[in-house]
Amino acid sequence: MPLYRDEAVVLRTHKLGEADRIVTMLSRRHGKIRAVAKGVRRTASKFGARLEPFMVADVQLYEGRSLDTVTQAESLASYGAEIATDYAGYTAACAIVETADRLSDADSSVQQYLLLVGALRSLSRHERPPGLILDSYLLRALSIAGWAPSFVDCAVTGAPGPHRAFVVQLGGVVADEVAPPGTPRLDEQTLTLLGALLTGDWVTAEASAEGTRAQAGGVIAAYTQYHLERGLRSLQHVDPAARHDPAQSESGA
Amino acid sequence: MYEGIVQELIDELGRLPGIGPKSAQRIAFHILQTESVDVSRLAELLTQIKERVRFCEICGNVSEEDTCTICRDPRRNAQTICVVEEAKDVVAIERTREFRGLYHVLGGAISPIDGIGPDDLRIKQLLQRLADGTVTEVIIATDPNLEGEATATYLTRMLQQPGLRVTRLASGLPVGGDLEYADEVTLGRAFEGRRVVE
Ligand SMILES: [Zn+2]
Repeated sequence: MPLYRDEAVVLRTHKLGEADRIVTMLSRRHGKIRAVAKGVRRTASKFGARLEPFMVADVQLYEGRSLDTVTQAESLASYGAEIATDYAGYTAACAIVETADRLSDADSSVQQYLLLVGALRSLSRHERPPGLILDSYLLRALSIAGWAPSFVDCAVTGAPGPHRAFVVQLGGVVADEVAPPGTPRLDEQTLTLLGALLTGDWVTAEASAEGTRAQAGGVIAAYTQYHLERGLRSLQHVDPAARHDPAQSESGA
Repeated sequence: MYEGIVQELIDELGRLPGIGPKSAQRIAFHILQTESVDVSRLAELLTQIKERVRFCEICGNVSEEDTCTICRDPRRNAQTICVVEEAKDVVAIERTREFRGLYHVLGGAISPIDGIGPDDLRIKQLLQRLADGTVTEVIIATDPNLEGEATATYLTRMLQQPGLRVTRLASGLPVGGDLEYADEVTLGRAFEGRRVVE
């Protein structure tokens, strides 16, 4: 199969030589792909902005020995330009694609692809606070990868919840008997928000207070960093405005 | 693999940006085989550039003094600052002869995935330059790609202050590329057609 075609989201790019780039993509059917795009940094490039991060493209690739080469790219959705108009959304999108890059490989499932496209589309529409989109994405992407957290029943014994002791290393909330001494307890609102973000219950998630969003964001960041071993670089750069109410972040963006 | 010092040279050249193993080998053998290559002059330049060249204290452009020739030039319009990512973008814009103001070199673009946030760029220094009210227009000339646009969005948010016009280069620039590759005519037109951002 020297020549193949797929739909893909551009996760990140690296400069290569004078004017080329290495493009890392998550595709629908071929999982993660790393390919060379020749001449893409020249302003007259036929690829234009189609191989920039957050773009969804119909790509044709030539299979190479170490790296594939992009021979054609047609834009399917260009979320980048819209996302870049909101700084908080841009920082959330960066954390999302870095996570997708770290969680996926050549055998990555189509669910990871669809979840990623959905998250970027939502950010490009500025429909919801970007921090909530990011946090929901992180929980669901980790779940698809086999690390679904528990926010109700005990993650160790399965004892029915609610439980409030949260232990990252044990996979979520645990019963008091199981919790190591000194385990922090989460308040009810934070647990409700975490559950809503995991299931995609946006009505509940958007009704949350800013303080609760910050709490939940901290829990999700710790859970994500734990499972991805090496820390995500972009998480620490997520703009604080990402967890504001839409009404407030509009005036600040 | 070559022996000893030849391989060392190839390895060292190969560490330079834009030079792959094949180019490194070609350059190494060019130096070895060509009479006309003045090796001592090249070596001298490489040593001196590290000793003599530094970054302008005001704008961050490359300079052999504390401040660069542009910042020292009294004929430049001190009311306008053009913000660029890299010193090489200053060169690209100077070529257009379209701009007579001063520059501010950020040292890159905001790219969280590479660990580069606003505090890693010379943004604080830019805000300091605006404090005394001399500057009335800031032209944001970051690259027309994703990181460049996001950096422009961030700067626009930070630069909201009375009496300051913030403009962005016109969109005639093809998106996705590096500013340094834009030809003079296109880049010049982008200056003329710059628009106010809010
Ligand atoms: Zn200067």
